[in-house]
Amino acid sequence: MIKKILSWLFLALILCFMYVPILVLIVYSFTDSTIIGNWNGFSFNLYVKLFTEERISKMLFNTVSLAIIAAFLSTVLGTLGAIGLYYSKGKFGKCIKGASSISVINAEIVTAISLALVFSLIAFGKTYFSLIIGHMVLCTPFVVLSVTPKLKQMDSSMYEAALDLGASPAKALFKVVLPEILPGIFSGFMLAITLSLDDYIVTAFTKPVTFDTISTYVYNAVKNQAKSELPALRALSAIIFVIMIIVVVVMNIRANKKTEEIR
Amino acid sequence: MTSSCKTVKREEFKNDDFRPAKISFSRKYLSVPYGLFLILFVVLPFLLILYYAFTSKTGNFSFENFVDFFSNPTSVSTLFISFIIAIITTGLCILIGYPVAYILSKMKAKKGFILLLLFIMPMWINFVLRAMAMKEVMTLLGIFAKSDAYNFINTVIGMVYDFLPFMILPLYSILIKQDKSLIEASYDLGATKAQTFRKVVLPLSLPGIVSGSTMVFLPSMSAYVISDTFGNGKITIIGKLIEEQFGTGANWNAGSAIAIILLIIMFACTFLCGGFNEESNARGTNI
Repeated sequence: MIKKILSWLFLALILCFMYVPILVLIVYSFTDSTIIGNWNGFSFNLYVKLFTEERISKMLFNTVSLAIIAAFLSTVLGTLGAIGLYYSKGKFGKCIKGASSISVINAEIVTAISLALVFSLIAFGKTYFSLIIGHMVLCTPFVVLSVTPKLKQMDSSMYEAALDLGASPAKALFKVVLPEILPGIFSGFMLAITLSLDDYIVTAFTKPVTFDTISTYVYNAVKNQAKSELPALRALSAIIFVIMIIVVVVMNIRANKKTEEIR
Repeated sequence: MTSSCKTVKREEFKNDDFRPAKISFSRKYLSVPYGLFLILFVVLPFLLILYYAFTSKTGNFSFENFVDFFSNPTSVSTLFISFIIAIITTGLCILIGYPVAYILSKMKAKKGFILLLLFIMPMWINFVLRAMAMKEVMTLLGIFAKSDAYNFINTVIGMVYDFLPFMILPLYSILIKQDKSLIEASYDLGATKAQTFRKVVLPLSLPGIVSGSTMVFLPSMSAYVISDTFGNGKITIIGKLIEEQFGTGANWNAGSAIAIILLIIMFACTFLCGGFNEESNARGTNI
């Protein structure tokens, strides 16, 4: 019993450590002061600012659209790659696997500067295209890593059965293999979105000069002491936090329902 | 159901000439786009870095970038400090993350998973924003930037704050899969709880510790946003050094050389940890 209480206390302590900064952000999203720690009276000004100021909405749109486009392309490329790699046993497959694992363990800063070198020396310069490529380099290996276990779990005779029943290889792939590995594809997609939303280093090195995501904007604003739009982002954090809580609650309810159905 | 059966039958007549060998070929070639992508944007950039690292500014082959790095006391001490920060961060993450993952894995599956989500959720709020907020909290508590020692401690706290989920996830995914009958067998054979943990649970969860450590150790050597935020401008880590060479310093050769040094450290670490473990090294993708 004491052990149980202690372990709950420990979990609570660590969760505090993780969530206190977020809660502080949320509390101070309801006041109009430039720095946290100064309470200027209750107001919704920051929320109004978040949705009316053009720079902020543009930055938000940039961040989210980049994450969705990059995650989508990474998921397609990574899923195809994972299926192909799973069925190729030769040197070719080994080389691809090696290159793929390099970009997983590589430090972000090294990935970032190497891409910056390629784009400034060989092709295109730093454009929206280079930014998307940068995020794809970041995300695709993780999609491959989350799809591969599902391929291994799949009963390989199902694909052959589909072929025996007369399906073309493409059709067997779409109707048999794809539904089986869908959970892996989905978690790969979510992981790619998370990585892309959270990224600073690769973005900073591959983005066009005038383009800003939340990460680069916040970092530069703090560095240059220009904090005009920074407080409004507290309101954004609060909104994301509420969405997160809703997701957890919905998942909880759905899990409850499932267990009831099983009973 | 019936309609799909019909279409399958129709296909049968079209595909009179299919050969198994041809099919395995077509599946294999699905990875060609990914292979090309990797060659263009992972291998080629890597070769470029190698080229720059081993040439001088005039373009001749030389080791001068490496000699410069190791003969400069500031850069060597930066390497040393990053190493220390990364080791302490990894150690703390294991000390905090292992009990968390262990407790979560012992709970009922559903409850444990929901709590696990709570530990991962902060990753959805932009990490630069979170780091700023953490810094403000530290300022409110009065532990921010009082002296150089505080700068160092604050940087480590910031790193732990950011990287803890990456340690918890692989540990949880390996602990939850652990065969419970092995633990029962250990009790049946007369082992105490402590013995069982030390001789059964811990060794079996070693792959999780290893992959969690690679997920924490390597990024914490290059995550200069955190050291900039929490170190009050006084803590420089190796990632910052590279960034400076490519930004304000504009010495691509020196920057590439440092990148190569960082790469060598990484490969040495992954090699020492028993190689790249694909199964559990996916930042928790396999839960």
